[in-house]
Amino acid sequence: MGEKIMVKGTEAIGEAAIRAGCRVYFGYPITPQSELTEYMARRMPQVGGVFLQAESEVATVNMMYGASSVGARVMTSTSSPGFSLMQEGISYMACARLPGVFVDVVRGGPGLGDIQPSQGDYFQIVKGGGHGDYRLPVFSPSSLQEAVELTIHAFDVADKYRTPVVIFADGMMGQMMEPVEFPDPIDPSTLPSKDDWALTGAKGRKARYVTSFDIDPYKLEKMNLVLQETYKEIEKNEQKWEEFMTDDIEVLFVAHGTVGRIVKSAVKLARQKGIKAGLFRPISLYPFPYKRLSELAEKVDIVMTVEMSSGQMLEDVRLAVEGKAETPFYGRLAGVVPTPGEILEALMKELRR
Amino acid sequence: MGQELQESIVLAKMPKSLSGKEFTYCPGCHHGIVHRIIAELIDEFQLREKTVLVAPVGCSVFAYEFFDVDGTVAAHGRALAVATGMKRARPDMFIITYQGDGDLAAIGTAETIHAANRGERVTTIFINNAVYGMTGGQMAPTTLLGMKTTTSPYGRTPEREGYPIHIMEIMKALPGVAYAERVKVSKPQDIPKAKMAIKKAFYAQLLDVGFGIVEVLSTCPTNWGMDPVEAQRWLEENMTKEFPLGVYVDKVTEVMKEKGVK
Amino acid sequence: MMEHKLIAAGFGGQGVMLFGQMVAQAGMIEGKHVTWLPSYGPEMRGGTANCTVVVSDEPVASPVVDKPNEIAIFNIPSLLKFEPMLEENGILVLNTSMIDREPTRKDITIIRVPANEVADKLGTLKAQNMVMLGAYIEVAKTVSVESVFKALEAKMTGKKAQFLDVNKKAIEEGMKIARQQLG
Repeated sequence: MGEKIMVKGTEAIGEAAIRAGCRVYFGYPITPQSELTEYMARRMPQVGGVFLQAESEVATVNMMYGASSVGARVMTSTSSPGFSLMQEGISYMACARLPGVFVDVVRGGPGLGDIQPSQGDYFQIVKGGGHGDYRLPVFSPSSLQEAVELTIHAFDVADKYRTPVVIFADGMMGQMMEPVEFPDPIDPSTLPSKDDWALTGAKGRKARYVTSFDIDPYKLEKMNLVLQETYKEIEKNEQKWEEFMTDDIEVLFVAHGTVGRIVKSAVKLARQKGIKAGLFRPISLYPFPYKRLSELAEKVDIVMTVEMSSGQMLEDVRLAVEGKAETPFYGRLAGVVPTPGEILEALMKELRR
Repeated sequence: MGQELQESIVLAKMPKSLSGKEFTYCPGCHHGIVHRIIAELIDEFQLREKTVLVAPVGCSVFAYEFFDVDGTVAAHGRALAVATGMKRARPDMFIITYQGDGDLAAIGTAETIHAANRGERVTTIFINNAVYGMTGGQMAPTTLLGMKTTTSPYGRTPEREGYPIHIMEIMKALPGVAYAERVKVSKPQDIPKAKMAIKKAFYAQLLDVGFGIVEVLSTCPTNWGMDPVEAQRWLEENMTKEFPLGVYVDKVTEVMKEKGVK
Repeated sequence: MMEHKLIAAGFGGQGVMLFGQMVAQAGMIEGKHVTWLPSYGPEMRGGTANCTVVVSDEPVASPVVDKPNEIAIFNIPSLLKFEPMLEENGILVLNTSMIDREPTRKDITIIRVPANEVADKLGTLKAQNMVMLGAYIEVAKTVSVESVFKALEAKMTGKKAQFLDVNKKAIEEGMKIARQQLG
């Protein structure tokens, strides 16, 4: 660990990727994450890595497929509409079991939408925006320090389970500055070998292929079952969450990412009013920490979800709570960021009911 | 007879870079011929241990299974993006894409043009048979005017469907292209010519000159509704008129001479 | 617990983003917890721009603030927008070179800074944001001037280093103005 430096969110994530040993980046400019693409354009040549601006997000994800299939640690970053364009390729990568890290700096939608912070792509990112029976590990950081740590973690998870992984950020996370301490860089040559599956040339072994394809449904089902086994492992091992002031709760908030941190301020405001509020912040959105949330839900009457969406994570919250508590919702849409004051107001309204 | 037979057997030996799996293509289709040429060249250049073949979506979706080299299947149209990712990450490897007309010249046009224009050091074999084969004979970007397909049942017209697209002519306008040639393989004497063209496209990559592409005019007897012999004739009479054979870009021969390569 | 919740707002190009960054950076130098959150979007070029800075003894929860306790206002639209949001007993630092109207609140501390004139006299109008910064740190005591200088030195390197002295001078002038008004 070095000293603390003030960095923008986009740059923090970019530098974290470099320190994770990522040496191949493909991307296409889109607001509000273009600074990350620009950062990689500056940094990759300095560390002997590859930066290429693709002709589209469609090309980007397929370049990632190519680079990953020959064994590279590869990454891209984009924002909502761009992530939509990548869905086909992500589905192919998931089936072909190709690791790769996607940073989605989510903005207001649908359609062209706007460029302000949003979490309205939860369904797309967490439930799978592409075709077929696949899941993606998704991590949602709420501070830049956490974004750095999760970005590095994302590469390890991607390689360990051979799957694409998503960092769910938003425009606020991308644009804000905060002091960050970077860990020491990993030497890419020390990373675990991928020679047992990557397309490295049929030297001293049989030729092999990496595909997302088998015309025989029984064989394709076998491929699917391997994926499902992998997801079971991921669900067992990779759940992450934070609990904030949950020791004596009467009311529990659930929020992820930057909203999670805004809700922390609302929790403090509520406690000033004598309401024993707490926060459960899922960090891994897939796998969603259902079990722990379920335990906490037993202690309270109200589990209030707050999102910058119309209530998408809310569905997972309700799956966890299973009717053990009321599950009201407060959300802002289209890039409007909720403030601590209005979140408290929404809670007060529920309490008055 | 004994001596002669011996030699012809040797000549007909299967290239090491083919897997031995029997081709599943229709009688009279040209995929098999082109596969063999590629495999022979991979052997001759001793590239088998560093080659990755990117197969497309289309009839040749199984191409990687017929070759004894590492391989993958790209999403429809994206072979050149996949190849770009591979070559950028591993410049020491030899990357081939094998693509049909729908894949390369319709859904993948952007990837094709940009990879070519960047001069990606990869080699593309482009099979143009004027029709979507695998999906059952629909109109392709290269379908000839007047030609009937299942989605142009009254014949292709400029007014309704537009004109057939000419990829080699487009390649000529892109500075990143090192070698571009249109060939056919419908007569025995075409084969050595096609092989030489593909060899040059290999050299475009191997000598670090730029992007190499060879378009092979090919038959699709099944979807054209012809027997194999009729299809060869139809190709000679119609396809070569719309798509003139020849070398469109050659920056390779000069570099070969400079470096003393034959 | 001490928590400064500052919004700096003005036209794009007036240097409000840098103003905020220097406060945040100086806070970090002093070992405090800080966040800097900009408004962003097409309006950044020529339109209104603002940033929210939180400097705290504790880890910063929300980087978004609905009731700032300090605002630095560089133009009229920003005055109209942010004055009503300011907390009771809050601090308003006003660039009077740009704003010819009076704030309406009576329950706040107001520091009036003819920042453009002062900066102009120092030889560069561009340093007006630093005059504002000096006045702000004098009244709000968020960070020390030494830390701000350190932050400035870290930011202004290479070609920009030549402007370091005039910027420091501008900060000192701003502090003087605030001191006089605070009495």
